[in-house]
Amino acid sequence: MILRFGYADGSGEFYITLDSEKCDGCGVCVEVCPKGVLFLAPNPFDPLEEVPLALVREDARNRLKYLCVLCKGSPKPCVASCPNGALEHF
Amino acid sequence: MAEFWKWRESRWVSQEVHWKDARVISAGVDVGSVSTQAVILIDGLLYSYSNIRTGSSSPESATKAMNLALEGTGLSLEKIHYTVGTGYGRVNVPFAQRTITEIACHAKGANFMYGPTVRTVLDMGGQDCKVIRCDENGKVLSFLMNDKCAAGTGRGLEVFADLVGVNIEEMGELSLRVEEEPPPVSSTCVVFAKSEASSLLRRGWPKERVLAAYCAAMAKRVVVLLERLGVEEDFAITGGIAKNAGIVRRIENHLGVKALEPKMDTQIAGALGAALFAASLAQREGK
Repeated sequence: MILRFGYADGSGEFYITLDSEKCDGCGVCVEVCPKGVLFLAPNPFDPLEEVPLALVREDARNRLKYLCVLCKGSPKPCVASCPNGALEHF
Repeated sequence: MAEFWKWRESRWVSQEVHWKDARVISAGVDVGSVSTQAVILIDGLLYSYSNIRTGSSSPESATKAMNLALEGTGLSLEKIHYTVGTGYGRVNVPFAQRTITEIACHAKGANFMYGPTVRTVLDMGGQDCKVIRCDENGKVLSFLMNDKCAAGTGRGLEVFADLVGVNIEEMGELSLRVEEEPPPVSSTCVVFAKSEASSLLRRGWPKERVLAAYCAAMAKRVVVLLERLGVEEDFAITGGIAKNAGIVRRIENHLGVKALEPKMDTQIAGALGAALFAASLAQREGK
């Protein structure tokens, strides 16, 4: 499953995308994010599955433009730290 | 003051399904920002549902919807083995054993409602819209939502019904009675669109033309979302706006794809999905 968190508004598109097939729930991305945007929990979009994945915090989903400003430019620590290439960042 | 925005609440009880010899009785309650539904399934078959306007208290709306779905059936809340809450107010369903996101529930509900050929679901709700791609089991494959702003959603349509003075359930059909499609209003933002529409009305535009301009803008807004994720057929629309032919036809025209014809109240998709998950969870937990 491709999980897409974030939004598009007049100023651009701000999505963090996770591929649940690639994420093994190791949590490295959670640790490297300076704003604590990510956390580990079972996939809420696949309720019968219980394996934890990296997810974007609910209270961060509509504020990514501002929260992720610290990591403007590339490489993004979350994306770069993932050993499986599961994350994409706007 | 006339209340053009007030859409009809409803309930339905199956004449063919009976609860007395049921193995698993499951329920789903979808507390949305605008409407609340309760769905009851007997061994995975649709038994009853209700659809009401959400009040200021989510727990009360959840309880009211559930009572309406139970009314006259002889069935009571205690007999339900498992209840799942979903929607905007899902944490406020007092009698639910678990909550599940509305994206998962809508995909599941659309799969039941429209059949296993559905691959793309557009949920047009009261305060947000979502595009979901799913497999033949109603399992989510990917999704995109816009809940940052309620522009171009059910709530906006309610505001427009009162502005134009047309019953909300007649707006869509009326908007199709234009000879030539007017340009869409420039914003679906309820506040901006409302002032734009007021000035169009003052300029002497007939109601149907103003409605056409607004429905077109709403369609355009969701088409952007749909195209970003890609539309694979079969395509189905859930939520209250699926009942507005003026918006549905315009979405279809933009996409060049027909939406499946609904066989039941499109507003119950979320609660229906929740009830289906509740049935699986009840079985898993051996209730």
